[in-house]
Amino acid sequence: MTRTINLTLKIWRQKGPEFKGKFETYNVRNISTDMSFLEMIDIINEQLTLDGKDPIVFDHDCREGICGTCGAMVNGRAHGPEKGTTLCQLHMRHFSEGDTIVIEPWRSRAFPVIKDLVVDRSALDQIIQAGGYISVNTGGAPDANTLPVPQEIAEKAMDAAACIGCGACVAACPNAAAMLFTGAKVSQLALLPQGKPEAAKRALCMVRKMDELHFGNCTNEKECEVECPKEISIVNIARLNREFMKAGFFSTVP
Amino acid sequence: MNWFLNTLGTSIGKKLMMAITGLGFCLFLVAHLAGNLTLYAGKDAFNSYAEHLHSLGAFLTVAELGLLFFAVVHVTSGAILFYQNFNARPLRYSANKRAGGRTLGSATMPYTGFALLLFIIFHLINFHFADKSHTTIFQIVSSAFANPGYVIIYTMAMIVAAVHVSHGFWSAFQTIGANHPKYMPFIKGTSLIFSIIIGVGFGFIPIYMLLLT
Repeated sequence: MTRTINLTLKIWRQKGPEFKGKFETYNVRNISTDMSFLEMIDIINEQLTLDGKDPIVFDHDCREGICGTCGAMVNGRAHGPEKGTTLCQLHMRHFSEGDTIVIEPWRSRAFPVIKDLVVDRSALDQIIQAGGYISVNTGGAPDANTLPVPQEIAEKAMDAAACIGCGACVAACPNAAAMLFTGAKVSQLALLPQGKPEAAKRALCMVRKMDELHFGNCTNEKECEVECPKEISIVNIARLNREFMKAGFFSTVP
Repeated sequence: MNWFLNTLGTSIGKKLMMAITGLGFCLFLVAHLAGNLTLYAGKDAFNSYAEHLHSLGAFLTVAELGLLFFAVVHVTSGAILFYQNFNARPLRYSANKRAGGRTLGSATMPYTGFALLLFIIFHLINFHFADKSHTTIFQIVSSAFANPGYVIIYTMAMIVAAVHVSHGFWSAFQTIGANHPKYMPFIKGTSLIFSIIIGVGFGFIPIYMLLLT
């Protein structure tokens, strides 16, 4: 039989980027523990709409943890307390009767709030635009195995490429740094033969863009790798540091 | 030279300066501790260690200037990083909870660093710039640590240093890119053991000197 719980929610409400936001308290009753966290907000929103009030705005898309659209701080934890999950994969069975849940948006200078729980994460897109790609003419598909890649390297590149760009690393970082994101995006290409020709330029341009966007500086707090829904390791940050040093001190790229 | 300063001026560049100067200080701590341990061998051993050290002459001056340069780089980069990181999140979270990555050392780095800076100035005034014309260094040290107030300050400062080093040591390796699945557990273990050696090694000297008097 489905269990239901009653909760007190403290949710950040902010009309727009220029408005001052504040927490509002909602007492919600009979929340099924089978619900996902976002479904619970859907339920509140239906009631708010019926009451003629503004529904709580939050980002979401695939609701199966692969798109990177959703995300909020739940009781001070990015995507909630479960390991290796996005907010949409968090279920109400992890909460107990009478719990108070504080829900707030990602907080960073680089991520201004658009409305309620939605933040503008285009800063991450700008880091990608600065160099997170390879410049090749796409012709016919090459024959298989013309570019041999050892299995171990392919696995490491794939682990880095698992990043869905949700921004939890920035949100969880005590310094609001984007080093895990940038580290993953530099690593996924630097490890593979296709990414090597532009590796130096990529590392320099992406790090400079990251600094320009007022992200903080990494101080190896490791909160990011714990909160990352794709469990991307800070080994990728060390690789970014290596790639950046190689590019800065030993390449001819200015 | 422009490219050089541009590279050092980035977030990774600043961290790199913190890491290299920090590892330099770790080496200095080893040498300093090795010298200080002669205190346990008595007055003559300690005085002769100090004498030998000062007989290095110009080498010692170069080393001191090097340390001063490292200190200026470490403190300046640290202050800039602290300011920038503080600014990177203008509105703080109302609910704060650690996910499990942060440690006592990593969370307090700027504060332990600032406390250590104050301590080092205090320490240099006490011993380095003390008038040594009519007395030996052993007498200066033993009369300082005859005062329980000094013993408390010094022992507390060494606990702070140990906390600072516990994060700083392994963090420096991560920053210079030396993160390898085979070596990282060893580096982290070394970091912890090294910080304990620093804390206990330096921290017990004032207590020993107090007990001696």
